[in-house]
Amino acid sequence: MEHVNQTKVMRRMNFRLFKNSLSKYIFLLATLFGLVVLAILIYRVVSQGIAWIDLDFITGKLSTQPERAGIMGAILGTFWLMLVVAPVTMFFGVGTAIYLEIYAKKGRLQGIIQTNIANLAGVPSIVYGILGLTVFVRVMDFGNVILAGGLTMSLLILPIVIVASQEAIRAVPQHLSEASYGMGATKWQTIKNVILPVSLPGIMTGAILSLSRAIGETAPLVVIGIPALLMPFPGGILDKFTVLPMQIYYWTLDSSLVAEYANLAAATIIVLLVALLILNSSAIVIRNKFQRKY
Amino acid sequence: MSINSELAKNKTMKVRELLDQKRNKSSLKNIVEKCIPVFLFLIASVSILTTVGIVYTLLSETIEFFRRVPIVDFFTGTVLKPLSQNPQFGVLPLVIGTVTSSVIAMFVAAPIGLMTAIYLSEYASDKVRKTVKPLLEILAGIPTIVYGFFAFTFITPLLRDVIPSLQATNILSPGIVMGVMIIPMIASLSEDAMSSVPNSMREGAFALGSTKLEVTKKVVIPAALSGIIASFVLGISRAIGETMIVTIASGSTKNFSFDITQSMQTMTAYIVEVTGGDAPAGSTIYYSLYAVAMTLFVFTLIMNVVARYVSRKFREEY
Repeated sequence: MEHVNQTKVMRRMNFRLFKNSLSKYIFLLATLFGLVVLAILIYRVVSQGIAWIDLDFITGKLSTQPERAGIMGAILGTFWLMLVVAPVTMFFGVGTAIYLEIYAKKGRLQGIIQTNIANLAGVPSIVYGILGLTVFVRVMDFGNVILAGGLTMSLLILPIVIVASQEAIRAVPQHLSEASYGMGATKWQTIKNVILPVSLPGIMTGAILSLSRAIGETAPLVVIGIPALLMPFPGGILDKFTVLPMQIYYWTLDSSLVAEYANLAAATIIVLLVALLILNSSAIVIRNKFQRKY
Repeated sequence: MSINSELAKNKTMKVRELLDQKRNKSSLKNIVEKCIPVFLFLIASVSILTTVGIVYTLLSETIEFFRRVPIVDFFTGTVLKPLSQNPQFGVLPLVIGTVTSSVIAMFVAAPIGLMTAIYLSEYASDKVRKTVKPLLEILAGIPTIVYGFFAFTFITPLLRDVIPSLQATNILSPGIVMGVMIIPMIASLSEDAMSSVPNSMREGAFALGSTKLEVTKKVVIPAALSGIIASFVLGISRAIGETMIVTIASGSTKNFSFDITQSMQTMTAYIVEVTGGDAPAGSTIYYSLYAVAMTLFVFTLIMNVVARYVSRKFREEY
């Protein structure tokens, strides 16, 4: 043992152990960083905006005077937008997922569609805005109305819905569909009566989560062009509209001119976050309550 | 005998009827069965049509733009003055704005995201992991406009106390906030990569007398490197495409400089500015929108393809 310098080894070992225990706290600190920022963000928004939220703010019309401004128009606009986005994305999202998972032969075409969907999911939302501006607003000449905004948003979240639905369909156990085929059911009957009902909770969870993405998304609507101060409430999908994030955007931009606008923006953010919270927790409830194990 | 043959005749009649009925019914069923795949294929082709639509609109209008502004001037020009008497369309100021904000974001997101992933995958107990991950998902689910508000009304004033020369709109503050926004994405993707490293490898290193830190540094991270790098590249792609934070907090100065205390415009913010200003269809400004969007689209597409290639090609299989 003469060749091993005991004190040197011990010192080095202690240093290694010290580094090891120190690093644990550094990693923990890094993890806490994100959470602390989240806490500051929420505290900041709530403390700034909560005093401005009352019934008049929720049910009132827009106004240039901060004390009289309300966001009912934006709430209704968000609601109408979702009335377009939800059915369109469900129809195309689930349809595509069924095609890819059940009908498409594993091969070139299926690979192309799958890669294409993965690429679409990475396209910045503002590029979808330009697509919507060109195709829906200008070429199809809808104008900057709810229908145009809703279709643009649908294209934006379609990849997410497709992937979530594919996963839900893939999770349906093989023996259920095989039992159905064994009883003499056709492919479509099996899909309609076995696969879709079983995978529905998973599909709904994915759809709701992607809807909450659409509710918070601003960039495509900015590009399509939403008027800053819109007084009449929307009453149909061919009306002009504004949504909660757009209102936050305009009020934040103008907060350097009128300081109270920042408080209005904060109050609107609270409303938006509460809406998202309700949507997301309903998705979690659906997932936990209706998802059966087979 | 006659009665029997009568009966037999009747019976055959009935069976034939039944067979015909069945045939009719199944032919209807067959038609449905044959139509549905075609119908579903049409639905699935919407995603292809979306890509074709994006590429076609961007490309056709960009080509029109390059008829008016030479392609070399666009990609090498350092001056962007779309509204002046003598308009100049150099994209480089926007590229610098985009690259600068993304680099700042990655300075925040890469180390913190990676360390978060290490903590969650290697150190945290199941209970901690189960509480922290949903909280990070909340961070990821906050709309970008809210981050924009946060950057503009909170982080910028805070930073101005530290750096007095900081402008009211600057690229530093949205860059940092964008980094915070990307942390959950890098953390979750890197953690997935690290958790899929088999335990036997960790145990082997522990058996040789390594500390946890050494196992993480010399075994887990190298083994999960492809996934970690892919998560970084996806993070950069996310930062390049981010719009609302930079639009609100970084203003619209089109300077060709690297001064992060100043306002800089990114490609995305330029698109917002031009469409918000109601550029008349057919003007050169209007077409410049598409050229910038095309550049942005190609940037992010390359990033996404690289990320997928890295994570597939260099994945270590155990």
